[in-house]
Amino acid sequence: MLDLHHLQKHYSGQKAVNDISFSVKKGSIFGLLGPNGAGKTTLLRMITGIFYPDQGEIIFDGKPFNPLQDVQQIGYMPEERGLYKKMKIGEQVMYLAQLKGLSKQEALQKIKYWFEKLEMETWWNKKVEDLSKGMSQKLQFVVTVLHEPKLIILDEPFSGLDPMNANLIKDEIYSLAKKGSTIIFSTHRMEQVEEICDHIVLMNLGSKMLDGTVQNIKQQFKENKFHIRLAEPIQPPDSNLFHVVNHTDNALTVKLQEGILSNDVLQYFINQSQTIESFHEILPSLNDIFIHLVEGTQATARAFQSSNN
Amino acid sequence: MNKILLVARREFLTRVQKKTFLLTTIGVPLLIATFYAALIYFQIKSTDHFSIAVLDEANVFSGKLENKKNEIIFKFVQSDTTTLKKQLDDHTYEAYIYIPAGFNITRGDSVELRSGKTLGLLTREDIERTIGKVLEEKRLLMLNVSKAQIDSIQQQKDPIKFTSVSGQKETGSKVGISYLVGMIAGFLIYIILFVYGTMVMRGVMEEKVSRIAEVIVSSVKPFQLMMGKITGIGAVGLVQFLIWLVLVFGIQFALPLIFPELSTSVQPQSMPSAGAQAASAMQNSGGLSRLMEGLQTINFPLIIGCFIFYFLGGYFLYSSLFAAVGSAVNEDPQDAQSLLFPIMMPIIFAIVIMTKAVNDPNSSLAIFGSLFPFTSPIVMMARIAHGIPEGVSVAQLIISMVLLIVTFLGTTWVAAKIYRIGILMYGKKITWKEMIKWTFRKS
Repeated sequence: MLDLHHLQKHYSGQKAVNDISFSVKKGSIFGLLGPNGAGKTTLLRMITGIFYPDQGEIIFDGKPFNPLQDVQQIGYMPEERGLYKKMKIGEQVMYLAQLKGLSKQEALQKIKYWFEKLEMETWWNKKVEDLSKGMSQKLQFVVTVLHEPKLIILDEPFSGLDPMNANLIKDEIYSLAKKGSTIIFSTHRMEQVEEICDHIVLMNLGSKMLDGTVQNIKQQFKENKFHIRLAEPIQPPDSNLFHVVNHTDNALTVKLQEGILSNDVLQYFINQSQTIESFHEILPSLNDIFIHLVEGTQATARAFQSSNN
Repeated sequence: MNKILLVARREFLTRVQKKTFLLTTIGVPLLIATFYAALIYFQIKSTDHFSIAVLDEANVFSGKLENKKNEIIFKFVQSDTTTLKKQLDDHTYEAYIYIPAGFNITRGDSVELRSGKTLGLLTREDIERTIGKVLEEKRLLMLNVSKAQIDSIQQQKDPIKFTSVSGQKETGSKVGISYLVGMIAGFLIYIILFVYGTMVMRGVMEEKVSRIAEVIVSSVKPFQLMMGKITGIGAVGLVQFLIWLVLVFGIQFALPLIFPELSTSVQPQSMPSAGAQAASAMQNSGGLSRLMEGLQTINFPLIIGCFIFYFLGGYFLYSSLFAAVGSAVNEDPQDAQSLLFPIMMPIIFAIVIMTKAVNDPNSSLAIFGSLFPFTSPIVMMARIAHGIPEGVSVAQLIISMVLLIVTFLGTTWVAAKIYRIGILMYGKKITWKEMIKWTFRKS
C-alpha cells in the first residue's frame, strides 16, 4: 500500500528524518513509534503531502505519490487536534468532507451514517466549543475517516479519551482495517501498540531503529527469562542451568544460561520432584525494548531542542 | 480551483451569516447619516452667537457693522473699558472692541479686540473679514475713490476663469467636489485595506491557533487555503460596498420625497465647517444647486469602476501580506504588532500623499504615489476624482493598474511561501529575517 524509500528531510541543518525506508501492507495496522522529537510528525506530514521530502520517494498504492490527487485517499488526524470552534458541527463536517472531494449528497449520507454509529446525531447544530475534549476527539476521528480513505493516519488517537470511548474508537479502527483500509498509527503509548498493531517501526533521532512484527521484535529482544510457579515453597535452587533473577515463596523467575533449553529447566524441577503449576516465557514488553533502545541516546535533549528551535 | 472556491464560500458565508455583518453594513452608514443629520440640525437651530461690544470713540464705523447672521453680532455701546471688562466677566459680551478717539486709519493703526475666552479660527476669520472690509472701504474713500467705484470693484465675482485645455470650465465647485470625492474614496480604500486586511490576518491566526490548519492542509494545498480565505473575505467586502452604494443612491432618491422642504431650507447653511475648501467654494456659488451641478461634472461610472479595481487590487496586494503575517504569529497577538509595522508604513504614507494629491493631482509626489503599487490604490483615487485627463492621464492610469496587478501577483507568491511554512510552525517567534529566508527557499 505504502512504500517509503530513503526519505530525508532537513530543518536548518538538522536531520529531522534521516534515510527512512519501510513498507506498509494493505489492510494492516501499522505502528510508528518513537520518543518525542523523533521525527514522527515530520514523516507523517510527508506521507500526507503537507511537506515534500528533501530526498527519497514515496510509493502510494503502487504509483509514485502525487499529493494533489492522492490526498483524497488519505485521512489524517494530526496530534494537535483542531476544528473551527465557532462553526456548527454539521456544517463543519460537511465542509471538511467536501474539501476531501465528496459531493454534497455523498457527504450528507456518510455523515448521517457515522453520526448514528457513534451516537452523535444531536450534535448537528452544536458548536465545537460546546463539546468536551473527548467528544471533540470523537468528532475529529469521524472527520478523518468520513471519506473512506484507503490510508488512515492517526497521530495519538486515544489521548484524552476515556476507556469507553477509546474502546469505541479501537473497534472502529479494527473494522476499518478489516474493510481494507490501511492504518498508520503513531504513538508513544506502548501498551496500545502491543494490543493493536500488526507491524511496527521504531524511530529515534530521525532514523529507523526497529522494523518488524510485534512478535518478531519481542523474540529478537527476549532475554531467555522464564517464570515458574510450583505447588510448594522452595529455597532458591542453585543450578548451572540458570540463575535466579527473582524469588518469592513458590515462584521463581529464572534466566537461562547460554544454550540451555526450556525443557532442561523443566526436567530439573521434575527431577527434584516438585509439582510445576505454571511455566511460561517472559517476553520483554515493547515498553522495555523502547526504553532500552532509546535510553542513552540524546533523544530527550533533542526533543527539547527541536521544540525551542 | 474548485477547492479555492469551497474555502472562499465558507469564509464568505460564515461572515455574512453573522449578525454583526448586518449590523455593520446597515448600522455604520446609518450612524454616519444620523451624525450628519444631527450636525446639520444643530447648525440650523443653533442659537449660539458671539456678541461683540464696540466702543467706537473715533467713530470709525459710524455705528455700522454688518452682523453675520446669528453667529456674530456687533453692538455699539457708549461706555468705558472698565465696565466692558466687567461685562466680559458676566458674559454679557464675549468680546469688545475699543477704538480710542485718536485712532487714525491712514496711519495704519490696528483695531484691538479683547475677549474673555480664546476665539475659534473661523470666528476670528469672520471678524477680520467684516472689519477689514469696512476699514478698506474707509481708506479707499479717503484716497478720493468714489463709493460707486468701490461698489463696482466689489461686484466682480470671478476675477479669473479657470479653464482646462480641453475647454471645460473648471468652476470652483467642481474642484471642491473633486476634492471631497477624492478624499472620501481614498479614505474608504484606506479603511477597507485595514479592516479587511486585519480580518484576513485574524482568520489565519484563528486557523493556526485552533490547529485546524493542519487538518485542512492535509486535504487542500496551503496556497488554495490562503487564496480561498482572501477571496472569500474580499467578496464580503465587495458585497458590503455594493450594499452601501445601493443604500446611498436609495437615500438620495428617497430623501426629497420624504422631506420636500429639506432641499430648500438646508441650502444656505448646509455645509458644516468640515471640508473647508468645498464648503467655501459652494457658499460662494450658492448652495445646493451648485453642489448638484458640481456633482454632475464628476464622472461617477469612472470613479466607481476605478474604485472597485483599486479596492480589489489593493486588497489582494495587502491581504496576502496580512495572511503571511497571520501565519507567522502564534497565540500572542503582541507578536503581530511588530510584524505588521512594515506593512502599515506604506498605507500610512499613502494616506499622507493622498491628502496632498487631492489638492494638486499632478504634483510629482502625487504621480509617484499613484504609480507606486503600495500606495497607488489610495493615491490614485484622489487623482481620478479630478477626472481624465485633468487629474490623471490615461497612460498613467494604465501603468498604475498594470504595476498593481504585477505587484499583487508578486506579493501573493511571496506570501504563499511564508504562509506554507508559517501555518504549521508552532511555539516559535518568527522574525522578518526568517520569513525572507523562507521566501527564497526552494520548495
